[in-house]
Amino acid sequence: MPKRTDIHSILIIGSGPIVIGQACEFDYSGTQACKVLREEGYRVILINSNPATIMTDPELADATYVEPITPAFVEKIIEKERPDVILPTMGGQTALNTAVALAESGVLAKYGVELIGAKLEAIKRAEDRELFQVAMNEIGLETARGAFVHTFDEAVKLAEKIGFPIIIRPSFTLGGTGGGTAYNMEEFRGKVEHGLSSSPINQVLVEESVLGWKEFELEVMRDLKDNVVIICSIENFDPMGVHTGDSITVAPAQTLTDKEYQTMRDASIKIIRKIGVETGGSNIQFAINPQNGRMIVIEMNPRVSRSSALASKATGFPIAKIAARLAVGYTLDEIPNDITKETPASFEPTIDYCVVKIPRWDFEKFKGVDDTLGVQMKSVGEAMAMGRTFKEALQKALRSLEQGRFGLGADGKDIVEVRTLPESKKAEWRKKVLDRLKMPKPENIFYLRYALQLGVTIDELFQVTKIDPWFLHNIKQIVNVEEELYAYRP
Amino acid sequence: MIAKLALENGTVFTGEAFGAARETTGEVVFNTSLTGYQEILTDPSYAGQIVTMTYPQIGNYGINEEDLESVKPQVAGFVVKEYFDFYSNFRATGSLGDWLARHEILGIQGIDTRMLTKIIRTVGAMRGVISTIDLDDKSLVEKARQSADMNGLDLAKVVTTDQPYEWDSVDETLFALKPELRKRLNGKRWNVVVYDYGVKRNILRRLVSYGCRLTIVPASFPAEQVLAMNPDGIFLSNGPGDPAAVRYGIQNIKKLIGKKPIFGICLGHQLLGLALGGKTFKLRFGHRGANHPVKNLRTNEVEITSQNHGFAVDPASLNPSEIEITHVNLNDNTNEGFRHKELPLFSVQYHPEASPGPHDSDYLFSQFVEMMEREGVPA
Repeated sequence: MPKRTDIHSILIIGSGPIVIGQACEFDYSGTQACKVLREEGYRVILINSNPATIMTDPELADATYVEPITPAFVEKIIEKERPDVILPTMGGQTALNTAVALAESGVLAKYGVELIGAKLEAIKRAEDRELFQVAMNEIGLETARGAFVHTFDEAVKLAEKIGFPIIIRPSFTLGGTGGGTAYNMEEFRGKVEHGLSSSPINQVLVEESVLGWKEFELEVMRDLKDNVVIICSIENFDPMGVHTGDSITVAPAQTLTDKEYQTMRDASIKIIRKIGVETGGSNIQFAINPQNGRMIVIEMNPRVSRSSALASKATGFPIAKIAARLAVGYTLDEIPNDITKETPASFEPTIDYCVVKIPRWDFEKFKGVDDTLGVQMKSVGEAMAMGRTFKEALQKALRSLEQGRFGLGADGKDIVEVRTLPESKKAEWRKKVLDRLKMPKPENIFYLRYALQLGVTIDELFQVTKIDPWFLHNIKQIVNVEEELYAYRP
Repeated sequence: MIAKLALENGTVFTGEAFGAARETTGEVVFNTSLTGYQEILTDPSYAGQIVTMTYPQIGNYGINEEDLESVKPQVAGFVVKEYFDFYSNFRATGSLGDWLARHEILGIQGIDTRMLTKIIRTVGAMRGVISTIDLDDKSLVEKARQSADMNGLDLAKVVTTDQPYEWDSVDETLFALKPELRKRLNGKRWNVVVYDYGVKRNILRRLVSYGCRLTIVPASFPAEQVLAMNPDGIFLSNGPGDPAAVRYGIQNIKKLIGKKPIFGICLGHQLLGLALGGKTFKLRFGHRGANHPVKNLRTNEVEITSQNHGFAVDPASLNPSEIEITHVNLNDNTNEGFRHKELPLFSVQYHPEASPGPHDSDYLFSQFVEMMEREGVPA
């Protein structure tokens, strides 16, 4: 199918100012979309309230509006510019929410503007957890046990049924704002109250905790001919319970057999079809119980996401660029592969290296904020590195964070020098380190090293952190090499 | 323990051994799958080959009792960048290295597999030797040059079954695909004779899932005896080596064409092509991996496929008035499938049974059953 000739102008909604949970990854995708669609000869109209992004540089769109991204402003632009279509999948949650509001209020119908990339129904099915759960059950996939509640009393009743720990997720908030995990009724009451008030529709999801399960993501693309390809699998180093944006993530998945991976791949294809994302990329998250392999679907983002940017860089497959082309009618086999130039984009990248992304936090700038990591994203940036092994990529990423560390310790910046620690202090430090590791916190990666140096076994570390033993073993190998090198000191 | 890998072009890599300490020769090829090393190692189509994984970290999830494509590892040798003795997976029963050692297979790790892959891509698949016994470069290169050439080599006779046997078990594991068609057929069963040129178990499981009852016969089993069994259909399996060298196979297939519905996969596809008067040729470095895009020319849909072949059918050698090309590889436009315009037969070069790899092409098993349904009444 060639590109659509019945449309001439496209309105792209950007992601607005950079906030925690929505950062430059959407400028990256939005900018690519602008470039590609102009290349294809369409008139591109852009709204983005962020003058600091290159996306709002004049040469990137035919008309650029640096205005607040609200339904009212976008309506004014539609009235003036009369675009044929809106592409809402490039500007993160902000763009998607705005497009939904415009569709639901009848503005799009009034001006005859079509949503491309994802239709209203698909967006709602993916974003509304209740509809999502029903859709997943219809295609035979499991989701975590739980339900939506609108009142405090309902929530308490449900909590008594499910048992602690329980996850509280407010509906339609950015980066999971207002959510959290409750380990007892007292915590639960506080978090539900907060969640209900931060959700624009006063709704929270109260859900069985899958804390400690392994977390995976798949980046999926689909075209109008229903071709579906998986761009990349991502495995979270940190177990479920830590927001993906706050997790160390690794591509490709490291600890799945082919049978498990294909089950996940099949599920992703079923999901993108069921939800009805017609063209473009989606990100689907899964949790796997490490004890028995039980897989549940966590959520789906029917748009270009933070992970899409990571997957693009990790594999060289330009997700945003291709998603933009798919949205105007091209099919995957018609688009050339950016790297090979000769083969089409309808393939699944395979790589001969490992990619590690590490978030960067700046809690010094947010005095008084609890630095425990949970379902609400707290990191302000990230570094990604590639290596022929996980160990190499991890070390490079740690160094690239530019926080003064040169890798996994051994750079003179450790808070404790275990080698010279008197025996009498070791038990105390061991307890201190393990206590710290009980809760996911920034820089816990360095504490894993201290723990191993203090003689904690991989099994004990797994019990405390639920980080897959394969990753812990890799950390141990780095520590072992350090020991070996230390023996050669002058 | 030090191990060396030497290629016939004189390149020598020094690494570390895992698995069994010994010396082994074979054709050095590479596979680009990110997962599925256990299925790859046990695929009989790799007989006579030293397989290099381009994905650098192997052994991560150990070895389990379920993901076997035959009774034992079939490769001549295994090459990886980094082998993990430490594994993590709920189904794992042991480490990859211990399992290889038990089956007398030598692996080499710690070499630059990216460089090796680039050499193979440039020069083509080459003969090679891995050894922990002889570490003399010159002597190793000489051994590589003296080893068997894949061209003209019939390996199907090495890996095929000695005796015919029955197979009626489906995949009962956690990861089994739903046998939807079997339900639709309402208990009807199809008797299928499977020519074993090195068949993967998952092909058998998939066929049973779609309602087939299987009799697996040796590669050289006479066509007359197959016809005497009066099956509803005949399946030609995957397998190793040069298809043109399996002359008895081609002769038998010629006698079966048009008599019974036929479905072929991989070597089976090549043999069917040869039996129809076509030609096969050796690809420079072959297709081995789980991400090959194939276009179905009848539906225009793209399937991501699992592949493992060093030879291919030359589509220009097939009679266009009889044969329709149905599938083409989007990477290099080589032939991936054809069907006869009148007779009940079709085949594909790639692996719809996956294992390892995507399940996009599972529909082909259903097409085989539909073909049998059209052609006859089930027993």
